[in-house]
Amino acid sequence: MRKLIINTVLAAITYLATLPVLFAQVVVSPDGPVTTISEAVQIAAPGDTIEVHSGIYHENDLLIEKQVTLTGIGNPVIDGNGEGFILIIRADSVNVSGFTIQRTGRSYIRDYAAILIEGVSGFVIEDNRIDDVFFGIYLAETQGGIIRNNIVSAYDSREASSGNGIHLWNVKNPIIIGNNVTGMRDGIYLEFAENAVITDNISSNNNRYGLHYMFSDGGRYENNTFRKNGAGVAVMYSDNVDMSNNLFENNWGGSAYGLLLKDIRNSRIEYNRFYRNTVAIYSEGSTNVDIRRNHIELNGWAVNIKSNSSRNRFIENNFIENSFDVRTDSPRNNNLFDGNYWSGYEGYDLNRDGIGDVPYRPVSLFSMIIERQPESLILMRSMFVRLLDQAERIMPVLTPKTLFDENPKMQRIQ
Amino acid sequence: MRKHYSPAWRKELDYIMKLLTHIIKTEWKSLLRGKWVIGYTIIFILLTDSLLRFGGGGSEALLSLSNVMLLFIPLVGMIYGILYIYQSREFVELLLTQPIDRKVLYWGLFLGISTPLMAAFIIGSMLPLAWHGILAADSTSSLLVLGLGGMLTLIFVSLGFVFGLMFYDDRIKGFGFTIVVWLFLAILYDGLVLLIVFVFGDYPLEQFVIVVSTLNPIDLARILIMLEFDISALMGYTGAVFNRFFGQNTGIMTASGMLFLWLAIPTWMGLRIFRKKDF
Repeated sequence: MRKLIINTVLAAITYLATLPVLFAQVVVSPDGPVTTISEAVQIAAPGDTIEVHSGIYHENDLLIEKQVTLTGIGNPVIDGNGEGFILIIRADSVNVSGFTIQRTGRSYIRDYAAILIEGVSGFVIEDNRIDDVFFGIYLAETQGGIIRNNIVSAYDSREASSGNGIHLWNVKNPIIIGNNVTGMRDGIYLEFAENAVITDNISSNNNRYGLHYMFSDGGRYENNTFRKNGAGVAVMYSDNVDMSNNLFENNWGGSAYGLLLKDIRNSRIEYNRFYRNTVAIYSEGSTNVDIRRNHIELNGWAVNIKSNSSRNRFIENNFIENSFDVRTDSPRNNNLFDGNYWSGYEGYDLNRDGIGDVPYRPVSLFSMIIERQPESLILMRSMFVRLLDQAERIMPVLTPKTLFDENPKMQRIQ
Repeated sequence: MRKHYSPAWRKELDYIMKLLTHIIKTEWKSLLRGKWVIGYTIIFILLTDSLLRFGGGGSEALLSLSNVMLLFIPLVGMIYGILYIYQSREFVELLLTQPIDRKVLYWGLFLGISTPLMAAFIIGSMLPLAWHGILAADSTSSLLVLGLGGMLTLIFVSLGFVFGLMFYDDRIKGFGFTIVVWLFLAILYDGLVLLIVFVFGDYPLEQFVIVVSTLNPIDLARILIMLEFDISALMGYTGAVFNRFFGQNTGIMTASGMLFLWLAIPTWMGLRIFRKKDF
């Protein structure tokens, strides 16, 4: 018995002693014994940390098929020389942090990415600077994983020849936090991504969408900033998406939207701020979406809602000095507007309950006039047009008769 | 190279400047005595303050202020201009018995009346904007609205002068004409443009509406306001001519340039009439 205990203790000591050997460190440096990252990956055992010191390393299609931690010290640069992928991760729980990864290949056939992560889980990609690439971070068929505090940028201004900053295809439960994406095609792109959590990112100056949801159910995105993207943010063909506390700002253009909704169901859009977009919220075929407590200020059109959208609820939003409040192509109204604050409201509140006594009609006659004669746009805010709008609001003839807010607030909603 | 004035030249210039400032000063004094301008300032203080207090935040108040400005400043400016010409008839005729350059007298009268009016609007609106913190937060928009108000004041006072001098002996006609011109420029003009757009809707009209809008000073000011507050909507329009006009600085340059032209031409006309007039 005693021998057994001693043996166990000895075995434990031996085991502990070998631990540092099991999780060894491989140091890569331009003047060290190991000078390339691919060499380090080869000699490293699963669980090892590869410490890369500052310098420029040229790597293409660097395959990582064992669980290692790649740590950049002093911001080392991995340069892809404009060919192929740079890192390809095909093992679980790989960490990559502290690198500048630049210059992938470009192709119209293959999606060359700075970091491609395929069919694995538990990875962390953190604090990297990814620059001048085709695709940035590409996740395919992964489970979980964290993409955090990376900066992704590229400089191609054409949609066709630029890739997505953070691209998610067929993944489950990804977490995307605190990244900054600029100059890509789509800043963050999700296709068949389940329960994605996207928070605190800044996606700006991308050629197409700042964030693009396709067939991705049950995710949420919060506290992100989407600024000056070619077409704003698009959420398409998805169910159960939570969108809250985001800032949609300065998305300008003929087909630019703060938030484009297409075939969205059962989702929530709350506490967001829409500022100076051509169209703040565009809705096509969306159903049962709650749009609540948003601040919609100085946009061209606050809401453009197509007739195939129904049972959406616009409740307690602030509509402030948008050039036009609501635009629709339907004479009927299948959505609810209730209890919003409209800066264009000119009614009165005799019983002093904070709710206007006459309904507000957010579709103005002038918005229908410019639909027919776009040149009359130049008459916006003119006295004559205001008089016309006023007359139409008192006796609606051309604007949808059933689209109104029964309980417009007299004061802004805080 | 430094310019050398002969002593005689300098003497004359000094004399002109002295005369000009003297006339302007006299007018300011009489204006302040009339308390008109003070009331006008207070109206703008109260208006802007209540807009900010009860109307919500910066952009809302600024747009409401600009609506008031676009509508009433032209009216007030013109009425005040014409009224002044009528009121100061004796004063002017008395001065003209003296060997005074008519040009100097005209400028003195014009600046003496228009600058206090302009200052009344700018100061009256600026104070509440400043103490509500809007001037600092939305400085570009605020300064634009204030500047345009000042510019419109100058333009319409000079128009008032022109009408006053044109209908020097027939005051009823002069006032009537002023009101009609205001009604036309402020409201009916845009109605006509809209009518034309609808009647000739099948033709390309972008260039036409831009040109027509620059012919009306109130529309010019409105377009500049629009470029500041509604640029996001304007960018949604796909027409090439509009996009060039609004998207780049062309719109701002053209509109401001035309506004200055609108100031130059009536002042010059007024001056011409004033110099040739047999009082």
